[in-house]
Amino acid sequence: MAHDSHNLAIFRGRLKFKNTISKIWGVFIVLSIVTAIEVILGMFRPEILVRTTFLSLHLLNWIFILLTIVKAYYITWDFMHMRDESKGLRRVTVWSGVFLICYLVALILIEGDYVYEVLSNGHIKTGF
Amino acid sequence: MEATVVQTGTEGKTWGGGTSPFKAKYGKMMMWFFILSDSLTFSGFLASYGLMRFKFADSWPIPDEVFNHVPFLHDVEAPMYFVAFMTFILIFSSVTMVLAVDAGSRMKRNQVAMYMFLTLLGGFIFIGSQAWEWATFIKGTYGAVETNNREILQFVDTEGKRVAVADFVAESSVPRVEHERNVGVWYKGEPKFHTGMAMQDVIAGFKANENVLVRIQEKDEYGQHIILSRDESIKKLENDGKEVVLGANLIRNEYGHPVFADFFFFITGFHGVHVSIGLMLNIIVFANVLIGTYERRGHYRMVEKVGLYWHFVDLVWVFVFTFFYLV
Repeated sequence: MAHDSHNLAIFRGRLKFKNTISKIWGVFIVLSIVTAIEVILGMFRPEILVRTTFLSLHLLNWIFILLTIVKAYYITWDFMHMRDESKGLRRVTVWSGVFLICYLVALILIEGDYVYEVLSNGHIKTGF
Repeated sequence: MEATVVQTGTEGKTWGGGTSPFKAKYGKMMMWFFILSDSLTFSGFLASYGLMRFKFADSWPIPDEVFNHVPFLHDVEAPMYFVAFMTFILIFSSVTMVLAVDAGSRMKRNQVAMYMFLTLLGGFIFIGSQAWEWATFIKGTYGAVETNNREILQFVDTEGKRVAVADFVAESSVPRVEHERNVGVWYKGEPKFHTGMAMQDVIAGFKANENVLVRIQEKDEYGQHIILSRDESIKKLENDGKEVVLGANLIRNEYGHPVFADFFFFITGFHGVHVSIGLMLNIIVFANVLIGTYERRGHYRMVEKVGLYWHFVDLVWVFVFTFFYLV
């Protein structure tokens, strides 16, 4: 913890905190609000969002994934202090992770969709 | 020697051997690289879970129907509440952890100890909640019938509310004789008999209860499981029904596809192992804070490193929460 110069602003500098402790509580409030939105949406599942699909996934699921990434960002950037690390460390860890995960997920989900197509349109119906 | 020194103009920006790479201490940097590799492991698991969901896109169990129990509240359908509570607990223990790291950077030993204790408390509540969640999942609520090609048939009344198998089926009327070594030619032991309900009892009980219908795994275009008509239900049970399934294990479960329970056990279990390891590390750090090891060392970097791991556990849970309970 040699660096005493914590970056105290979140939301691209729009929200600035006095000290590190108030920033930690501020980020906790942000995370709680995002989780609360997720839980409320998960309980009520608004019809419009479930019926509308975008890229073969309905809108509600896109919202959930987006909010999850927002939460992941604040946990990494403020709780794990990624905001205060040097640019090099940030890129080495976050960029490699994000790139590899996107690649893996894209390939595997395309494969899953293909298997679904085979099961619903091919000769094999079920049972494996 | 001085003649061989070459100035590249990048001093202080890249690692020249003398200073720490990325201006980060060795331990912290290695913790980051471990977290990177571990997050790839978890995304491998979650991606394969995604593959199975895409494969069975129109017959996957609806999470709200599976995870809708709250401790001490029986027969109350409360989807999301308990997992939301677990998520808040874990986020909160992350907050106390980062407060401990912050107090450590200011060398406030008592504050570090207090926040570490709160973090441990949160971790134990979380792991206890997860154990309860597992126990409920394994025990099951309604039961179902498995068919010959491993479909799951659940039961609903005419209003679409779930009906437990035990509510309309009497205990087995067929006496069951245990298979023994002296009778069998190729004796391999008997598979565990799940319930006292044989398939013919289920069919008899089903026929006797006019208002019970069969619900199959396949979903309609609104994402709801299709409910068969009375005639179709009886036909389905008589033709395909194989045995009664109560609760969940790795081979079969009452909620739907076997892989659903397999992934649930595997991914939340792997995450639970991470939480347990985090708790052990936290206990070690907490003890060291109490006996003043870091005070003598002059810095609380160990709290920061273990803190990174603890936040990572929280980070993974955020994704598990989304993909198991929300999506």
